[in-house]
Amino acid sequence: MRAILAVLLENEAGALSRVVGLFAQRHYNIETLTVAPTEDLTLSRLTLTTTGDEDRIAQIIKQLDKLVEVISVINLCSDEHVERELLLVKVRAEGEARQEVKRSADIFRGQIIDVTSDTYTVQLVGPSNKLDAFILAIGENGAEVTILEVVRSGVSGMGRGNRVLSV
Amino acid sequence: MSITANKWQLNDEDGDFFYIGNSECEGRFRRDDGYVHLVFRQGRKSALLIQVFRDWNMTEMLSGGDMLIRSLQDEGVEYIFGYPGGSALHIYDAIFRQQKIEHILVRHEQAATHMADGYARSTGQPGVVLVTSGPGATNAITGIATAYMDSIPMVVIAGQVPRDLIGTDAFQETDMVGISRPVVKHSFMVRDASEIPGIVKKAFHIATTGRPGPVVIDVPKDTTDPAETFEYDYSKPFSLRSYRPAYEGDMDQVKAAVAAILEAKRPVFYVGGGVIQANAKESLRALVRAVGAPVASTLMGLGAYPGTDELSLGMLGMHGTYEANMAMDETDLVIALGARFDDRVTNNPDKFSPKAKIIHMDIDPASINKIVDSQIALVGDGQWVIEAIWSEYQTQLKQRSAHQTDSQAEQLSDWWQQLNGWRKDHGLNHNLKPEPGKAILPQLAVQTLYRVTKGDAFVSSDVGQHQMFAAQYYHFDEPRRWINSGGLGTMGFGLPAAMGVQMGSPGAVVACVTGEGSFMMNMQELSTCLQYGLPIKIINLNNQALGMVKQWQDMQYGGRHSQSSYSDSLPDFKTLVEAFGHVGIKVSDASELDAAMEWAFSEENKNRLVFVDVWVDPHEHVYPMAIKGGAMRDMILSKTQTSGGA
Repeated sequence: MRAILAVLLENEAGALSRVVGLFAQRHYNIETLTVAPTEDLTLSRLTLTTTGDEDRIAQIIKQLDKLVEVISVINLCSDEHVERELLLVKVRAEGEARQEVKRSADIFRGQIIDVTSDTYTVQLVGPSNKLDAFILAIGENGAEVTILEVVRSGVSGMGRGNRVLSV
Repeated sequence: MSITANKWQLNDEDGDFFYIGNSECEGRFRRDDGYVHLVFRQGRKSALLIQVFRDWNMTEMLSGGDMLIRSLQDEGVEYIFGYPGGSALHIYDAIFRQQKIEHILVRHEQAATHMADGYARSTGQPGVVLVTSGPGATNAITGIATAYMDSIPMVVIAGQVPRDLIGTDAFQETDMVGISRPVVKHSFMVRDASEIPGIVKKAFHIATTGRPGPVVIDVPKDTTDPAETFEYDYSKPFSLRSYRPAYEGDMDQVKAAVAAILEAKRPVFYVGGGVIQANAKESLRALVRAVGAPVASTLMGLGAYPGTDELSLGMLGMHGTYEANMAMDETDLVIALGARFDDRVTNNPDKFSPKAKIIHMDIDPASINKIVDSQIALVGDGQWVIEAIWSEYQTQLKQRSAHQTDSQAEQLSDWWQQLNGWRKDHGLNHNLKPEPGKAILPQLAVQTLYRVTKGDAFVSSDVGQHQMFAAQYYHFDEPRRWINSGGLGTMGFGLPAAMGVQMGSPGAVVACVTGEGSFMMNMQELSTCLQYGLPIKIINLNNQALGMVKQWQDMQYGGRHSQSSYSDSLPDFKTLVEAFGHVGIKVSDASELDAAMEWAFSEENKNRLVFVDVWVDPHEHVYPMAIKGGAMRDMILSKTQTSGGA
């Protein structure tokens, strides 16, 4: 089971290392992790994706909640939510393949944000599986398209409607 | 101007200077820019400082080092267990210039943490440790981890290299916050000296509330510099919005728990150290007696319910009694109070209490459903929850008796018949007799200790066979009497823990039941015992081997005793303790055991540390012993007998 944990924590030195340390210490898996201060600069919001059965996810949430600097934790996947991830992918694209990359980017509503004579850098935002699909799609385009570099931001998300994570 | 408090008299006034004194000491101070600076000629009474400033309603200016020690004073700290070194020297100077807190100088930092731990376990007050950076800090780690695993309140202050050297691999630098992270409840790094009082206050709050635990404060040397002073005000409130431990439990769950208790035909209380931590002894006893159900205690919970009481089945788990483990297997309702379903209790969790509904109370929500799923979960303070269950029990009992004649006692009579049968069949024999000319059974040594101390001693232990024998054969009728490292299983814990117990309870009888292997891990503390006059009685169950390791090797490795013996190179313990300025006696014949034990605890030795080196039967195993991977009913009962289906 995949879980997206949204964590509100004190924006203090060392707080992040406690979260990461907890995962290492208890053999929990981190797939993606993203963290930044919120509009209230005393708070950081961390979004983390992990996998495990229901008991394990419940235990992860409780252990996170036990950390003194953690204010609140929710599993976004336990209810309606929106999630987004940013992908930057740099491809070597020459000849026919150039058009193909451009077309794929358009289909996926990506944007080309850097261009050289033989490369494109495409930016794409969406749920993680859409980014996976895009990488797959351009990879299948033929020998002339080579993926040079991929960077993903990790998942960020929020509950839908009135579901709010706050202090 | 007049100063009357504490019988200080104004002796003289000379320009800006005021001279004050009393029969003990005198000093002078001057008023300067609205602040008062004190410079003492002799004597160091911090009480004076506070009083003078309160009288004049002025802000006190203190250095970081002085603020740290003053904060500890304001927390009511009696003792600091520690060891000095470069990064902690400003703090040590602040200790020198005061008299309120006594510093106990150990011989190794690990012992400082265990002493603080023993002090905390026996008194319920947080233990305080002070060590220097680098090796001082890393030596403290084992003791911090020990306290963490058993949820013991402790505040550990570690010196650190000056801020501008952090991260440069400076002399005696180590990342203490990092290295201790997995074994602390929380930690702080002082980034600015002005934060010190607030950090200390938060540290004590966190260490002692909720599920208690050790808190580390890492203090860079330059933040304690005596040259810089700051406004000191310990009364300032602090905010910790992210830390709100549960106190009250959920009343719906309490009601459900009571309904389940009233319905149960074969209930059992499974009581852990959390009940002791919550100081819930009275509430527990009232509830257990009202229900009339048996009590199985964890290693950490011994004493919460009286061990000699009829309702007590003794300890459960890997080396628990036959009756306690059988009860856990046959029960239809487990009432788990402040216990965490440790693997040393449950054996195979899939086969745990197969016929039972489970009520689980714990202050830590993460303990619920961690190992074994419970049907009724009560998260909250032990005392609050147990009292709530008790009063709800009274209410529901009345409602029930209106339409039902059975009292709970009648309902449980079949269960008790079964329990007493188990007790009779395979209960521990507490009437062992010495057999002259034969090797001493370690169980007999503990039984003799129990008799001689009238069951009223504080008993610390190390880890291994002797620990299990002590837990099985010494009956604890009161909480905080049995002091052992349950979770981490730290050899070397016993002696320093006993020392901390003795510091906290100066007149009490304190025994350390140990083995020669464990004892040698921290025996340097014999020197500390002499320095502070700690009359601990060390009962060394000497089997000339690492007994528990050897037992496992006997049982699971075909008797191949890999690295578990050192019988040719053991010291003569009597001479050893004499070299440290104490007295010792060696006993190897069962007929001498009584006299030796009586002598150790006699009036003659009231103020002396006595080491009783009891040479016990080296072939003895601890039984019962859980059969690996089995249910709780699956036990090895002796070298030739097993129980259960395995």
